[in-house]
Amino acid sequence: MTVLAVSNLAKRYHRGGKPFAAVDDVSFKINPAETLALAGPSGSGKSTIARLVLRLIEPDAGRIDFEGADFLAVSGAALRARRARLQMVFQDPLAAFNPRATVARVLDDPLRIHGLASRAERPRHIAALLERVGLDPALAARAIHEISGGQRQRVAIARAIATRPSLVVLDEAVSALDVSVRGQILELLLDLQRQERIAYLFISHDLGVIRAVAHRVVILDAGRIAESGDARAVIANPQSAIGKALVAATPRLTRDRP
Amino acid sequence: MSRLRRFFRTPEAKAGATILAVLIVMALAAPMVFPGDPQAIAGPALLPPFQDWSLPLGTDRLGRDVLAELFHGARTSLAVGLAAAAAALFIGSVVGTLAGFASGLIDDVLMRITDAFQTVPSFLLALAFVSIVGPSLGVVVAAIALGAWTGPARVARAEVLSIRERDYVAGARVIGMHPLEIAFREVLPNALPPVLALSSVIVAAAILTEAALSFLGLGDPNRVTWGGMIAEGRTVLRTAPFLSVVPGIALVLTVLGVYLAGEGVVESTAVRRSLS
Amino acid sequence: MTALLSIRDLSVRYRRDGVEALKGLSLDVKTGERLAVIGESGSGKSTLALAVAGLLARGVKIEGTVEWKISRSRTPHSFAPPSVLPDISPSRGEIELSHPPSPILNAAEGEPAAELLISPLEGEMSGRTEGGAVERQLSHPRDTIPLLGRDIGFVFQDPSSSLDPVMPVGKQIAEVVRTHLKLSWRDSYTKAKTLLERVRIPDPDSVLHTYPHQLSGGQKQRVAIAAAIAAGPKLLIADEATSALDTIVQAEIVSLIRQLVAEDGMTLLFISHDIALAATLADRIAVLRHGELIELGETRQIVEAPRRAYTRALLDAHLGLDAEPLLDRQGASP
Ligand SMILES: Nc1ncnc2c1ncn2[C@@H]1O[C@H](COP(=O)(O)OP(=O)(O)OP(=O)(O)O)[C@@H](O)[C@H]1O
Ligand SMILES: [Mg+2]
Repeated sequence: MTVLAVSNLAKRYHRGGKPFAAVDDVSFKINPAETLALAGPSGSGKSTIARLVLRLIEPDAGRIDFEGADFLAVSGAALRARRARLQMVFQDPLAAFNPRATVARVLDDPLRIHGLASRAERPRHIAALLERVGLDPALAARAIHEISGGQRQRVAIARAIATRPSLVVLDEAVSALDVSVRGQILELLLDLQRQERIAYLFISHDLGVIRAVAHRVVILDAGRIAESGDARAVIANPQSAIGKALVAATPRLTRDRP
Repeated sequence: MSRLRRFFRTPEAKAGATILAVLIVMALAAPMVFPGDPQAIAGPALLPPFQDWSLPLGTDRLGRDVLAELFHGARTSLAVGLAAAAAALFIGSVVGTLAGFASGLIDDVLMRITDAFQTVPSFLLALAFVSIVGPSLGVVVAAIALGAWTGPARVARAEVLSIRERDYVAGARVIGMHPLEIAFREVLPNALPPVLALSSVIVAAAILTEAALSFLGLGDPNRVTWGGMIAEGRTVLRTAPFLSVVPGIALVLTVLGVYLAGEGVVESTAVRRSLS
Repeated sequence: MTALLSIRDLSVRYRRDGVEALKGLSLDVKTGERLAVIGESGSGKSTLALAVAGLLARGVKIEGTVEWKISRSRTPHSFAPPSVLPDISPSRGEIELSHPPSPILNAAEGEPAAELLISPLEGEMSGRTEGGAVERQLSHPRDTIPLLGRDIGFVFQDPSSSLDPVMPVGKQIAEVVRTHLKLSWRDSYTKAKTLLERVRIPDPDSVLHTYPHQLSGGQKQRVAIAAAIAAGPKLLIADEATSALDTIVQAEIVSLIRQLVAEDGMTLLFISHDIALAATLADRIAVLRHGELIELGETRQIVEAPRRAYTRALLDAHLGLDAEPLLDRQGASP
């Protein structure tokens, strides 16, 4: 069974009065516990696809099936309830939280909204979530701006997994992190995936990162799919022009420098 | 703490805060310093100031103690000013947040209503409202708030429109938060600072409007108001000008104090923001 | 090779009670070399760049010296002019550089540490300093420092913040040319057009008259580079200049910088968090950690035989196209 099946998705915007396709006829599937990467240059439509899949914006055409049901057909309270199964982690963990929030509140919200724990039980759940992502439960009392960038991204992941989703969308979720922290976060994500069978839609323009964590990759160019397939195979031997350009542009630590 | 120090750095803020402090002390102390009815007769009519030290500011046409009236008037002015401004800010923030957050039809309707209120001069609106409903403290507060909420509504809407696009609002939607909770719990608190920056102007305007209504005899008849005192004194303006001048000065100082203190707050928070 | 720049015991403290952003750093930048400074967020890379450019705010406490060895032999026409920051360079620099090395950065003695707390390190996000340095002022005695714009070109991470949003880009570049090379407006515009061609902007004639918001991120960064090299600076500082760009545009900008530096014989100070990117461009790499220079060496040595464990850890953390995927590593472990 697939977790997510997107078919013929399209989204048009207007630029200078003229319509242009930000996403054009895009189809892909994600299986449980699988990581599908979306790669492509800036403006190729990666974030737009993420927002469409999350129903933050509505498509002009196409179909989204989530956990076997037509996801575009639900709305209102039903949609809000469905959202528990489909979560997101943003690029900039500082912008992704209410500037006034504390760690505890950020984690309390999903538990409260989806009725996953009574008010009395929630502090315990929050502590468990923090431990799950490798943080000290004592951090719960801190304000979001009082913790480091790496800790913040862990909190974002804790919030995303609080409702036990089957799919998490990660839009450049590790791009703003230091390399050492990035490695730890990626390992945390893989660890969670193995244990809870979470599927990831992993957006990045860094093929090195994609190759490290993704099973399959979809390479986008100007809103359309340029090529897709097994992540390592595509990156080792790209067929499309944009795939070749992306591979060529990735910095290498080689012994024979130019 | 350091924010307070920053606030008191400018002389304008210092002056404003001092005036306000004096007023608040006057308002709070009025029932203690001048117990009993300030409208009761206390001595001979039209006693000029500084003649009798038990009645330092003299008496009015009916022999009432002007100083007692001034103290009790401060109470009314501040109470009405603050209550009306609070109501205006509250209504304005709620309407502005709803309009900005909902967009589409709700936004259009709410903003047309705001336009309608804004095109009618707020004083006329208050005048009409009080003359229809009848003068009492609550009605005066409502009447003033009715003409003052449009400014906060516009500012709140503009702020909400920009906050709405931030990642954390998308994040709140993703976890399934109800739109009303997002609007009022996530967005509104972060949209408030610029709205609150309007409060000094609104309080000052509310105090003036209250005085003007009282001057026209549309204030609460059971309370002493500075506007009422000025109106009273008008009939004997030639013989006893102090009866109008004293509450007039009090009014000007109050408005000035509120305004200066408000500017001080805005400035001290603005400095903070630009530094961080 | 002679040193263009000699930094000795440089310490920088943004707030009186805060930690030092740089701790007694000493470093020589050789004339004509491409030196990369790498490190993680909060390591002090941007502070070093700002200190060298004289862009640290007044209240910032600076100790140590930065000595320049610039021979003042050039005529105003030998090179192009520029700065991404026309507004901070003390306009019209009739500033004479002392030919022999002159100590220019002395402890900001007597500077009342004003309450200006601008710290590029405050954000925790990989310390990529947003180009907010625009409001900062020169903290050095003006008469001894090389002029930003004329002698130093500075490219920030975020081109939108260093370009004036309400001025056509051609005018912004021409203004730098005019200020530092003392050319007429007409000649400055001609020069600006040549510069846009040099940074490989297609259709420079029309781009001269466009505003920054009409350009893509990569194009804006090209314009910022054009402005930075417009006065023919001796030193080009690029502070995370490609971090906001996608991989393809990043590669283009890096190759553009490499080419421009070679053509003009500029010295390059390339600040980056990405060791692989730094290695593709630099002759030497300096590794910073917690405000200290922990390793400095030829790029080849740093990449192939790092002396410090931290440098090795940075290299290991790089996820290249030849690294063993984490997926496999994870699968292997229980
Ligand atoms: N709300 C919007 N209105 C108009 N155009 C938009 C809007 N959102 C996105 N676009 C445009 O749609 C295209 C795709 O944008 P998108 O953000 O999906 O790209 P991306 O692949 O995520 O790029 P990046 O790597 O820079 O994040 C771009 O041309 C963008 O300018
Ligand atoms: Mg994106």
